[in-house]
Amino acid sequence: MRREIPLIITFVCGITMIIQFFIPHWPFSDVKSYFQHTYMIIAAFAMILGICNLTRLHIFKIRDRRENWGYSIVLLVGLAIMAIPGLFQGIHEGTMFEFLFKNAHVPMNSTMFSLLAFFVASASYRAFRARTFDAALLLIAGFAVMLGRAPIGDTLTSFMPEGWQMSDLANWIMAFPNTAGQRAIMMGSGLGIVATSLRVILGIERSYLGGE
Amino acid sequence: MTADIGTWLAAFLTLCIFSFLYKDNPFYKFAEHLFVGISAGYWLCYHFWNTVKPNLYDNLVEKGEWQYLLPLFLGICMLLRLFSKIGWFSRWAIAFMIGSGAGIMIITYLQSNFLEQIKSTLVSLDPAGSSWTQVANNSLLFIGVVTGLVYFFFSKAHTGITGGVARVGVVFLMICFGASFGYTVMARISLLIGRMYFLLHNWLGVV
Repeated sequence: MRREIPLIITFVCGITMIIQFFIPHWPFSDVKSYFQHTYMIIAAFAMILGICNLTRLHIFKIRDRRENWGYSIVLLVGLAIMAIPGLFQGIHEGTMFEFLFKNAHVPMNSTMFSLLAFFVASASYRAFRARTFDAALLLIAGFAVMLGRAPIGDTLTSFMPEGWQMSDLANWIMAFPNTAGQRAIMMGSGLGIVATSLRVILGIERSYLGGE
Repeated sequence: MTADIGTWLAAFLTLCIFSFLYKDNPFYKFAEHLFVGISAGYWLCYHFWNTVKPNLYDNLVEKGEWQYLLPLFLGICMLLRLFSKIGWFSRWAIAFMIGSGAGIMIITYLQSNFLEQIKSTLVSLDPAGSSWTQVANNSLLFIGVVTGLVYFFFSKAHTGITGGVARVGVVFLMICFGASFGYTVMARISLLIGRMYFLLHNWLGVV
């Protein structure tokens, strides 16, 4: 019951989704959209589960007065001021939800990611030390792309003829050697995903069921 | 300097997060926790209004399509994970997602990551009216893909000719990683410029 039913569900769903690609007619055409809706609904419930778990964790942290418990109050207040107006008023323009999205969520999100620029810079100092031929290639390609994406790159190579400046070199690297490498990786990962998916559907790979 | 309360809030939170560059401090911790809470609230509302309401509530309640009781049941099964004794019911919902996800992935990845990539690589090296640069670039692309694949072929030891070909593949992969790294750095730098512009233009109005 605990293992057999999930394995049967996985097999039936997987095979149905494969069949609907080869037979795009009724009833499989309807099954496809029904399965997609069901998938999205369960994913939404999984998100709700995650938020419930987060809330529970921080309530326990506050209750037990664990280290930095005050910040848990900040987290729960943030969740409440976003979720309560969002669920009751809606998420359209002019709502409290939209105000917080524009003035709190978006700025914090982009600042968090922009912070990575500093850490990436220190990481690149370590990664780009040209000790070997491979590291030198990494350095040259990275440096060329960075310079080619900034105005200073073309300024430095302004003496070169049209089509041979730094931005052209960066575009060439992105279009050819980079695409070649990406394609090799994509083909390898694509075959890996197909093999793993088959193992999951056939019940050989069962790690997603957890223990017991 | 602006008097808009929203801009002041955004500027305060931006500075709180940037304060981490000095060291971990209460302002950063405050913004970090607030960000997690607000993000969780955002995604909760987003999924409610864009997924649960149109796909579940409208179909089940408004249109009376009873087959949508199954996704509701599986969704509730997912939530049962919160209770340790009956948490195993969530496996049914997970099994549905894993199974249908695997079925879709077999088809889509086989098409997009494999067949389409082969199709795009196996182009004429010297199409009619092409310049020498186009011939060279097409050849380079073909050699890069083939040698890169040889590098990822682990069923044969990388010695002799295979080793030599795989070595060429490593060259392409290193250029690829370097270019991807440079591209990522520039994306982060552009975000940083955006935040600086916001502080100096929208908030302080000095530029």
